[in-house]
Amino acid sequence: MAWVFIEDAGGAPATVGLEMLTKARQLGDASVVYFGAGTDSAMTELGRYGAGTVYQLDKPDGALGTAAAAQALSALIAEHQPDLILFGLTYTDRDVVGRLSARLGKPIISNAVDVAVDGDTITVTNEIFGGMTLVDTVFVADPPHLIVVRPKSFVAEPGGDAAPTVVQVALPDGGHAGSDRVTGTFVEESAGPKLEEAAVIVAGGRGLGSADAFDLIEQVARPLKAATGATRAIVDAGWVPYAKQVGQTGKTVKPDVYIAAGVSGAMQHLVGMKDSKIIIAINKDDEAPIFSVADLGIVGDLHQVLPKLIDALKSR
Amino acid sequence: MRIAVCVKQIPDPASPYELDPTTHFLQRPAEQVLDDTDRYGVEMGLQLAEQTEGTVTLVSMGPAGNLNGIRQALAMGAHKAVLIDDESLRGSDSLTTARVLAAAIEREGFDLVISGTESTDGYSGVVPQQMAELLGVPALTYAKSVSVEGSTVKINRQTASGYDSVEADTPVLVSVTAGVVEPRYPTFKGIMDAKKKTVDQFTAADLGVAPDSGQTIVSVRPAPERSSGEKVVDEGDAHLRIVTLLEQAKVI
Repeated sequence: MAWVFIEDAGGAPATVGLEMLTKARQLGDASVVYFGAGTDSAMTELGRYGAGTVYQLDKPDGALGTAAAAQALSALIAEHQPDLILFGLTYTDRDVVGRLSARLGKPIISNAVDVAVDGDTITVTNEIFGGMTLVDTVFVADPPHLIVVRPKSFVAEPGGDAAPTVVQVALPDGGHAGSDRVTGTFVEESAGPKLEEAAVIVAGGRGLGSADAFDLIEQVARPLKAATGATRAIVDAGWVPYAKQVGQTGKTVKPDVYIAAGVSGAMQHLVGMKDSKIIIAINKDDEAPIFSVADLGIVGDLHQVLPKLIDALKSR
Repeated sequence: MRIAVCVKQIPDPASPYELDPTTHFLQRPAEQVLDDTDRYGVEMGLQLAEQTEGTVTLVSMGPAGNLNGIRQALAMGAHKAVLIDDESLRGSDSLTTARVLAAAIEREGFDLVISGTESTDGYSGVVPQQMAELLGVPALTYAKSVSVEGSTVKINRQTASGYDSVEADTPVLVSVTAGVVEPRYPTFKGIMDAKKKTVDQFTAADLGVAPDSGQTIVSVRPAPERSSGEKVVDEGDAHLRIVTLLEQAKVI
């Protein structure tokens, strides 16, 4: 019996949740623990992706609710004894699974890109060293096994049509651990396509030389209707907002085309973009690791190449 | 305010990482560095300690080596360090790590625990939350900014679409993202002082924690390689190669 923890994202299941649910139903009977109010259409959607039962936890107003959610989950686990629970590598999921793990005294395998079940043995695959090496790990503790999955590890595909049984679960009082107060919510609008959904991404790194040079990335992106991305180095340097960060600590992307300019290809960046269909890299350093994953590597100065590319794209 | 800041010594990310062929654990040379992402938590801790006339105690787990990484954080201004170095903790999973760190923090006493959101070499990304649960405190996670008013800690918490303002009263744990503050560079005096600061070393048994990793690595293998691409040196017309490839990919 495989469970999937899914956070409500504006009335619909979070995308990574449907990816995990697709995988879970291949592993056995799949049920969902849904964190958030959830509309009727969200429940229907969960049924379409194979959820038999949905345990629905309301998110409290004015609090994160993650400590209470972990508490509610432990009670559900004691009652129903699932074999494994999948969580997404997202902010809220990490908060809940971390607390749950400590409550239950159960280990977590994080950053999973695949999960296989063979009898009682559950094998989880991770990517390390920028995705160049795969590690298979098995749980030796008793179930439930807690697994945190990287977004885009599985392709979400509908595979059912039955309406799920929805069980409402009240959130317990989280005590001091759950005494956080949310006093405001702010949405930062960003122009253009979303990183996770764009067919083309143009990304810049330290090789740009300055924050102002990120404008070159924007100018290449515009005619391609591409999203813009960044390495951790230039996000940490404050050149661009965190929301643009691609990599281990940022977003995982798999566009049709990924153009990396002035990106050296640190392990932390590669793991977030190496599964793009076509990778084009521009870097002055002939030895830059990014060239090891590039379909087309241009050894050259991006300040020469990009302006010409911008003109060529504009004149089409 | 008594502030505990979790830090980690890691192999220099600029040199290639290797696994021990027998144990599959990451090989850790004697010379390790302070995880770059920990500098933000140390700086945050120092600023809040200055504001509240408090103290910053570094808490760390892992092989001591020559203590270079710990000294880097002490040189920024942290008052002392506690290090748990124990052969039986090699290759610990996130929960064991959290148990050890939480036990050490509890032993020192704390009002505020600060950590990064994940380490650069292990990046399970769940240790702060595990520690918060073990310590029985709220977790204000993924902070983009932190402030303290009286006994209330307030943060802006990174979300997928922006940020939330979240607060809680002490004792509390905060995990900070890079960029929460601009870390200071150690001064010469700071570096000299760091050599004299206390680094208490404990074992897991000292803290009453039994190492128990509920998982084991069964295989390490190379990922399927991408078919190797083409590398060209720009001689003034490389942009045309890009245009051709974009045409072939049907994105223009």
